[in-house]
Amino acid sequence: MKVLVPVKRVIDYNVKVRVKADNSGVELANVKMAMNPFDEIAVEQALRLKEAGGADEVVVVSIGPSQNQETIRTALAMGADRGLHIEASHDIEPLAVAKLLKAVVDRETPGLVLVGKQAIDDDCNQTGQMLAALLGWAQGTFVSALEIAGDKAKIVREVDGGLEHLEIKMPAIISVDLRLNEPRYASLPNIMKAKKKPLDSLSVDALGVDVSPRLTVVKVEEPATRQAGIKVADVKELVDKLKNEAKVI
Amino acid sequence: MSILVACDHENGQFGAATLNAVSAATEIGGDIHLLVAGDTSNSIAAHAAAIAGVAKVLVADGAEYAHGIAENLAPLICDLATGYSHILAPATTTGKNIMPRVAALLDVMQISDIIKVLDANSFQRPIYAGNALATVRSDEAVKVITVRSTAFEAAAASGGSAAIESIGNTGDAGLSSYVKSELSSSERPELTSAPIVISGGRGMQDGANFAMLERVADKLGAAVGASRAAVDAGFVPNDYQVGQTGKVVAPDLYVAVGISGAIQHLAGMKDSKVIVAINKDDEAPIFQVADFGLVADLFDAVPEFEKEIG
Repeated sequence: MKVLVPVKRVIDYNVKVRVKADNSGVELANVKMAMNPFDEIAVEQALRLKEAGGADEVVVVSIGPSQNQETIRTALAMGADRGLHIEASHDIEPLAVAKLLKAVVDRETPGLVLVGKQAIDDDCNQTGQMLAALLGWAQGTFVSALEIAGDKAKIVREVDGGLEHLEIKMPAIISVDLRLNEPRYASLPNIMKAKKKPLDSLSVDALGVDVSPRLTVVKVEEPATRQAGIKVADVKELVDKLKNEAKVI
Repeated sequence: MSILVACDHENGQFGAATLNAVSAATEIGGDIHLLVAGDTSNSIAAHAAAIAGVAKVLVADGAEYAHGIAENLAPLICDLATGYSHILAPATTTGKNIMPRVAALLDVMQISDIIKVLDANSFQRPIYAGNALATVRSDEAVKVITVRSTAFEAAAASGGSAAIESIGNTGDAGLSSYVKSELSSSERPELTSAPIVISGGRGMQDGANFAMLERVADKLGAAVGASRAAVDAGFVPNDYQVGQTGKVVAPDLYVAVGISGAIQHLAGMKDSKVIVAINKDDEAPIFQVADFGLVADLFDAVPEFEKEIG
């Protein structure tokens, strides 16, 4: 079985983002970028499947500018076999991403697509579900445990009330949550090896997908900042403030 | 203009977040219809029909709609879509699972997790864990939207008398089947709607120590939450998690105990009215958002806090 893993290049999760002065978006120039953390978990899961004999090839795909090739190389250094870069100069919305990925799935015919449940930049949480819809496949979202047996996958989902167990038909789209695994670090020899792994590039046009945006971003602004509060000396003062000043207990 | 709101429910329990989605629909303006789909739909439908401001309740009764199976619910919602300008659902794990599938089938771009309605086409939503707010406009024929519950007041659960109408089923797609749930049972209020939340982080050191927070919670009528670090460490189950990818809460009082305050955690609680932080590290970033900070060892402070609140 071939496993396809889409990965997104986003601002590193440790970076404090800054809104641009003209309110057109957030500042991306000279900001540290990294693979979306949820996508790292998806890559890791694909590698574990392969190591356990459940997958024979792990293909990583990323959509964006040429720098996305670095993100693909990161996944290749973790152990993925092959990369596919889809050149796009502007931000692509989840619906268009799902359409591009569908075109890739049609070409590559994977038995499983592992995606991160959301990207930490736009926080949309849409792409996996949309891709499943376009393919007419089953979707296992927010997955924290996964076991594949033949044409079925047993999954555990993290839901608001706790955990939910489902059995879904393969091929499927699985969107991964935080606790599915802990991604490995790439070793230096593997980083060197990754430079020689195949990485193909394709244009959006070659896939025949209309990626024009459907939503207009009117403006992006800073949220109201909280006023820094005070430090209290002890528990007595804290309880007094909560009872008599804030009146919340 | 008519707006369809997909009702959230699980195990025969009406999902309170639906009330907040109805409020968002009211702000958009138009006839509000609720869709109740499931295998225990009739009792839920009665609940839905009583919500103030709802004109009609559509009921699709069938085992295939139980447990929020997206592969079965999305075609049902899509079949209804032509009559509506907007389709809303609360941004619960159920809504987040189903709605993008609906949007893709309708070939429209979804607007996730809105926190403000500016007009019928423009909405505000948080991006980058709430560190920026984006205003987006949609010119799609049908706007598919999920609603962040904490950003909208709950609509009154009673006072309405909507007509209840049965609709046909779209069948079982045969792609996904429910096996079982492991739900945390608690007598305490639900985390996302509790007036007071007390959360523990890595500083709690052990799951057993959460009993300290539970005793305080029981005295205050509070819910207990946790940071990702505490959940990852196995101290408490996943449904305790407050943050960018967990639950978003905005109670009157949020007490963060032994939580350093990573931006991913702040994303889930910084809209709380009053924030208290108890942490022995006076440099912890949580103090930058706390109204009242106490630099102390939580193992001394929490038992004393429990005693002082009487």
